[in-house]
Amino acid sequence: MALQITESCVNCWACVDVCPNDAIYQPDRDEAPHFLISADKCTECLGDHADPQCAAICPIEMAIVNELGEFLNPPGSLTGIPIEKLKEFGLWREAA
Amino acid sequence: MELPVISNNAPAAEGGGCSSSGCGTAPDGLAHLPDHIRAKVQDHPCYSEQAHHYFARMHVAVAPACNIQCNYCNRKYDCSNESRPGVVSELLTPDQAIKKVLAVAAEIPQMTVLGIAGPGDPLANPGRTFDTFRQLSEKAPDIKLCVSTNGLSLPEHVDEIAKHNIDHVTITINCVDPEVGAKIYPWIYWQNKRIFGIEGARILIEQQQKGLQMLTDRGILVKVNSVLIPGINDQHLKEVSKVVKAKGAFLHNVMPLIAEAEHGTYYGIMGQPEPTQEMLQELQDACAGDMAMMRHCRQCRADAVGLLGEDRGDEFTMDKIDVMEVDYEAAMVRRKAVHDAIIEKLEAERGVAKPKPTDIPEGSRPVLMAVAGKNGLVAEHFGHAREFLIYEASPAGVRFISHRKTELYCGGMDACGDGDVVEAGASESLLDRNIRILEGCEVVLCSKVGYEPWAKLEAAGIAPNGEHAMEPIEEAVMAVYKEIAATGKLLPQADSLKVA
Repeated sequence: MALQITESCVNCWACVDVCPNDAIYQPDRDEAPHFLISADKCTECLGDHADPQCAAICPIEMAIVNELGEFLNPPGSLTGIPIEKLKEFGLWREAA
Repeated sequence: MELPVISNNAPAAEGGGCSSSGCGTAPDGLAHLPDHIRAKVQDHPCYSEQAHHYFARMHVAVAPACNIQCNYCNRKYDCSNESRPGVVSELLTPDQAIKKVLAVAAEIPQMTVLGIAGPGDPLANPGRTFDTFRQLSEKAPDIKLCVSTNGLSLPEHVDEIAKHNIDHVTITINCVDPEVGAKIYPWIYWQNKRIFGIEGARILIEQQQKGLQMLTDRGILVKVNSVLIPGINDQHLKEVSKVVKAKGAFLHNVMPLIAEAEHGTYYGIMGQPEPTQEMLQELQDACAGDMAMMRHCRQCRADAVGLLGEDRGDEFTMDKIDVMEVDYEAAMVRRKAVHDAIIEKLEAERGVAKPKPTDIPEGSRPVLMAVAGKNGLVAEHFGHAREFLIYEASPAGVRFISHRKTELYCGGMDACGDGDVVEAGASESLLDRNIRILEGCEVVLCSKVGYEPWAKLEAAGIAPNGEHAMEPIEEAVMAVYKEIAATGKLLPQADSLKVA
C-alpha cells in the first residue's frame, strides 16, 4: 500500500518535509524529473495522521495518486476552478 | 517664513524640514521615524524610497515549499506577485545560496540586503531558510537579512528570527476578515490537515496578527504587503492598514494584483480584473492618512539581484558563480567604503532643509510627470527606460507617486548593431503602448528622446523634455513645474479664462 507522485509534480519540496516516513526522494534525472515515493517506506500515513500528509499539503492537483491511479486531489479540488474552465485552458485530464 | 524643524519628534502634519525623497510634505515618508529606526532603514532599498535609488538587494530562492494557496499564485511557476510569471527560478540549496550571495556582494558593493522571499513561503521551509541565514551571518556580517512570509508559521519562528539578527520582516496581509480571506485563500495546511474556506482563512489571519505583534514587541521592523484585489479587498484594505499600524507595523505596501489568464492562476482564469493605476493610487492615498505607505515596490522575483528597477540575476547563475573567485575579506573593506560614501551623500541631502517652493502662485494645480531615471538622476534615454517613475509637483513640493513598467522598444546599439530600428511594425506598437502607460502625465523627463517618440508624445499631449539630463530628479521636476507655472497654465480654469 503506497501512494505515488505523477508527472504533474513541480518539485516544490512541500511533501518531503512533512512525510512522517521519509519516503519521498529525488531520483536521478533519468529515472524521473520529479520526486518519487518509496513504496517500501510509504504507509499512506496510517497510524500517524488522519490524512496522508503529502496529499494534504501538495498544491498541485493530480500530482498524488493511490494504487488504483485515483487522484487524491482531483482537478478543481484545490483551486476551485470549475471543470469547464480547466478544460477550456487545457488543464484537465482524467485519472489513469 | 517657516523655520526648519530640527527636533527628532514627528513633524507637523504638513511636514517639516525633511528633504529626502518621499518625505518633504508628503505624509507617507519615513520622516516620522526615530533616529535608531531610520538608521536601520536608510540603506535598505525596500524600506526607504530614498535608499532604493542607490542601494541594491538580492533574493535567494531557497524556499520552494508553501503552506497555503493564494488565488493569485500558481505553484507551477513562481508566485506571480513575487516574480515575473512563467519564469522558474533556479532553486538553490543553502550552500549554493551562500556562494551566490558572497559573489554578488563582492561584485555589486551597493548590495546591502539579502532577502529570502520564496518561491514558496520561507517559514514553511525553516530548515533551508534558517540554515542560509545562520551561515550568512557568520560569513558576511555586513549584509542585512530579511524574510517575507504569509504569516501562517510566523509565531513559532519569531524567536529564531530574532536570534539570527533578522531585523526586517515582511508579512503579506490581504485581509483581517475571514469572509474576505476565504475569497483569497482557498486552503491552508495547518497541524497536519488541509483546511478549506473561512476556517482556513480565520486561522491564517489569527497567526498573521499574532506574529506581527510578537515581532514588533521584540523591536523587529515589520513591513506589511497587501495585494489590492478589486471587488474583493479594495475597500477592506483601509481597515487592514489601521489594524496593522495599531500593532506596530511601520510601513504598508499595497501592490496591484497580477492576474493574467496565461499564468493559470484562479484569478487569471476566472477573469478577476487587475486594479488600474488610479485605483491603486487612490487607495494608497486613502491609507496614507493612517500609515507610512511604500510606493516604490517593483514586485520583484524571488531570485532578483540588483537595484529595485533592474534584475541582474542572469549575471549570477550557478554555472557563472562556480568559476568566480571571491575574497570576501577584501570585498567587505570595499563595500564599507562604498556604503559610507552613499550614506554621507544621503545625510548631506537630509541635512539641507528643502524650502517650500516660493515662486509658484497659490492655487496652482498639481502636475504629474514621468521620469526616466537612474540612481536618482534624470539619466535614461526614453527608449531605453524599463520603467518610468511618476512624480507629482504641486505648490507644496515634489512627491514620488509610483512607477510604471514599460516594454523596451529600443534595444539600442547592442540589439540592432548600427542603431536601426529592429522591426518597424513591432517598435511602433510598443512605442504606442509606452505612451499609453504615461496617461495622466503632462511631461516626460529623460536624458534623450528620439525624433519619432518626440512627435508622438507631443501628439498625445505629453511634453517630452531632455533639458534636465543628469540632474537630480526632484530638482528637475520642480524646475519644469516652475517653468509651466510661469506660463500661467496652472491657475484655476476661471482665472485663466479671465486672462484670456
